[in-house]
Amino acid sequence: MDAMAMGNYGMYVWSCFGITLAVILISDVRARLRHKQVYREIEVRIKALEERK
Amino acid sequence: MWKWFHKLASPPHFYRLAATLIPWLAVPGLMLIAYGAYAGLFVAPEDYQQGDAFRIIYVHVPSAYLSMMAYMFMAFGGAIGLIWRMKLAHAVGAAAAPIGAAFTFLALVTGSIWGRPMWGTWWEWGDPRLTSELILLFLYFGYMALRSSIDDTAKADKASAVLALVGVVNVVIVHYSVEWWSSLHQGQTLFKEGGPAMDASMLYPLLAMILGFTLVFGALLARRIRTEVLYRERRTRWVREMILSPEGGK
Repeated sequence: MDAMAMGNYGMYVWSCFGITLAVILISDVRARLRHKQVYREIEVRIKALEERK
Repeated sequence: MWKWFHKLASPPHFYRLAATLIPWLAVPGLMLIAYGAYAGLFVAPEDYQQGDAFRIIYVHVPSAYLSMMAYMFMAFGGAIGLIWRMKLAHAVGAAAAPIGAAFTFLALVTGSIWGRPMWGTWWEWGDPRLTSELILLFLYFGYMALRSSIDDTAKADKASAVLALVGVVNVVIVHYSVEWWSSLHQGQTLFKEGGPAMDASMLYPLLAMILGFTLVFGALLARRIRTEVLYRERRTRWVREMILSPEGGK
């Protein structure tokens, strides 16, 4: 419980660590989703062009 | 040297190299962050003045340092792109912007949360470090808005590179503001004359966090550069061949 309380600064300390973790996770997920989206769009376009040939 | 540099700047080579690099950056980075967070939160003793609130530095300092480093990536990418017309350099700048904005946001939010119990205020408009860091966030937003407002990638690269280079002045101001002006923000702790002003029990977790954050930044940057390269090269033969190959190139 002492570790959670952080000498009455628990709310400040844990919120900082929580926000940091959330922002890093969101940055990673957004980067992965963007890559998948771009890859998929290019894949669809190229395969459509190949089928037309 | 130049041969290696040219090979590195080749989009297909870098696309594949980045895929290999990502786990080698991310895994040690996350391990260092796990160690740094554990040691910073539970092993390091409390500060004699700030008590346990000082532990916020373990996320604030790496975020603040990366907020400036990401900007320098953007500016160097812009400069190299403008001078040597290297397409990959502009891709690095474009990829660094959202990551830099995220770390600047973190530096501002964690700094503000730390300021409440220590200074008695969430924000102080008159403080040069706080205000210049906020301007840095606006520079990132401006850079990204400028890029997305121009459809022609080559024109967007040039315009955003100029903006990134002009904004370097603000990075210098962020860094030296605590030395040039009177500031609520504390001065240099790590890189001061005579060595760091911290006990080893507090310092080592902080160094682990800085290195861990840097490696994770590298992994995020590599992932975003891959996407930029893929988008910019979408009409090239190597992308077509890669996508049609049985292995793909995700």
